[in-house]
Amino acid sequence: MTAALEVRSLNRSFGALHVTRDVNLTLERGARRALIGPNGAGKTTLINLITGVLKPSSGSIQLDGVDITTMSQAERARRGLARTFQINQLFRGLTVLENVCMVIAERDGHANNLWRPIGTRRVILEEALDHLDSLRLTEDALRLVRELPYGRQRLVEIAMALAQRPRVLLLDEPAAGVPSSESHLILDAVAALDPEIAVLIIEHDMDVVFRFAKAITVLVHGAVFTQGTPEEIQRDEKVREVYLGQEHHHG
Amino acid sequence: MSEAKSRSSAFIEARDRATDYLVRRHYLRWTEALPWLVAVACFFLFPNRMTFGSQVLIMIMFALSLDLILGYAGIVTLGHAAFFGIGAYTVALASLRLGWSEPISGLAAAGVIAACVGVVVGWFILRYRGLTLLMLTIAFAAMLQESGNLRSDLTGGYDGLPGLMFDPLLGTFQYDLYGHTNFWYALAALAVVFYFVRRLVYSPFGQTLTGIRENVRRMHAIGSPVHLRLVTVYAISAGIAGVAGALFTQTNAYVTLTVFDFDSSAKVMVMLILGGTGRLYGPFLGAAVYMVLEDYFSKMSPTFWQFGIGILLVLTVLFARRGLLGLAEDIGGMRWGGRAADAAPRRLVWKPEHWKALGASAFDGGVLGFLVGFAVNMGHAELMTAYVTGLPAQVAVFTLGGAAIGAGINAFYLLLTSRSAVEGQAS
Repeated sequence: MTAALEVRSLNRSFGALHVTRDVNLTLERGARRALIGPNGAGKTTLINLITGVLKPSSGSIQLDGVDITTMSQAERARRGLARTFQINQLFRGLTVLENVCMVIAERDGHANNLWRPIGTRRVILEEALDHLDSLRLTEDALRLVRELPYGRQRLVEIAMALAQRPRVLLLDEPAAGVPSSESHLILDAVAALDPEIAVLIIEHDMDVVFRFAKAITVLVHGAVFTQGTPEEIQRDEKVREVYLGQEHHHG
Repeated sequence: MSEAKSRSSAFIEARDRATDYLVRRHYLRWTEALPWLVAVACFFLFPNRMTFGSQVLIMIMFALSLDLILGYAGIVTLGHAAFFGIGAYTVALASLRLGWSEPISGLAAAGVIAACVGVVVGWFILRYRGLTLLMLTIAFAAMLQESGNLRSDLTGGYDGLPGLMFDPLLGTFQYDLYGHTNFWYALAALAVVFYFVRRLVYSPFGQTLTGIRENVRRMHAIGSPVHLRLVTVYAISAGIAGVAGALFTQTNAYVTLTVFDFDSSAKVMVMLILGGTGRLYGPFLGAAVYMVLEDYFSKMSPTFWQFGIGILLVLTVLFARRGLLGLAEDIGGMRWGGRAADAAPRRLVWKPEHWKALGASAFDGGVLGFLVGFAVNMGHAELMTAYVTGLPAQVAVFTLGGAAIGAGINAFYLLLTSRSAVEGQAS
């Protein structure tokens, strides 16, 4: 069976700065993998390479056995690769509902239509409301995104990614910046994700990582330092040194 | 979602409300009849000013075309007169060289040709954004104007092509001295174009334009072919600008290369900002108010009418950042025209730096005006003596005018950049 996502010897340099070094990473279908590493390890760069925001200097990326290395971001997204952003990237001046409708309209090709109003398409509307419902956002449906507290905005961020109906989902610190009183909502949402979706999560909070992930990849200085099950990583003395022993005392 | 059914009534109510909002959003509201009623009323109130009336309608259409790309898609351009000019020359040359004088098919042809040019030009320039794009749009319009000047045997250059003849409208209605036929003709054309734009704005395609304006990174991430969308709307907008230009030629029976002027591109943007960008009725209000004031000021003072426009812009920046419609919305809590929800927040976040910037540019403008005042007084004293006499008074007028224009330009710049400034603060 082909892997949902297969990254092979991926490299990326910015001038003399070699930020991604020969990274190999495999996400099986339904995988729950965490990507951890100290600040500046190149985690977000790796996400940007996988989603096509950045082009790799060398190496290849396969999505469901199809080489997507040279495809545009949009093509990758249409093939079922979705992400959330470390810093919210939402349509701040639109309502929550419109944010999610936008994704569905784009996904199903309605967005090429110049004539029939979006409100006449009940299918879009119902599905969007279902997504909002699953994240307890229904009551905020008509509020503008920029009026929402940051934690709620993070939920919209996830709702947008889910509305893409992805096969591979990359979550870039989904709970970052969310007060702990609300972070459980996000973690619940992550835990409730469709088991068919392959998920890669970047997270600093070790509690979240150990609870959510079935496999962990540790990235240090742009290279894969080690991979393993949460237990293995937890026991690994070298990981403690480079990562847990550093200035991070989250959670 | 079966669990949804067991939820509280508040939840169900919220869901219904959300459904309702999206289902009804594109419905016609009674207030939307207002601009058209006003137009018809003007016909009966000012039957002698209908030549001017058609010009207002044409500028509304032009501003509407700009609203599509600037207000909805967020493409900043200062060269939209290029497409207006292409449309204007299409019908002029078709009539003069090919003997194609049927007006309505002329309009359509002008729209199609301008749209085709829009596809080609847009394909190249829309890969850029921000200042680069702005410069490219200016360059394109200037290049067209200069090529027209090179072939002045064809275009008539800046002397223009006077005395163009067009067939009677629908083969029946002759053009009268008062411009009555032209007024109804322009109003009908505007109505058709507006209906199309309104459909487009509420369509899923129109929504994605707003998405591109609001957050292009997200649009890429959800799989939107952003470049294709932008080129499409650019072409549509170019086509509408072309139709407006064609109407301009037909109603004036005259066209010169000045249709490509940078002034014209800038003016239509000012109109749009004045009325309110990203709303369907912003162009109506903005173009009408601007044209009427320009007409009024220029009669009051043929040399200094821009002074009044400068002040108007300063006032807009200070008190109506989202345009006159935005102001009306703030005042009355009303939501007429366009979509209140998707207009970017332009509420004024006024900082002391802004006063300083305005003051500095007013000072610069004043110094410039002072110098120009002297220069003009040496060379062309007769220009002003009819209005203000005496060197000190004239120099004073120039200084004040320069200061107002300087502050006005700065205010215009602040308007253009207001969104990023506000967005930056909010998060």
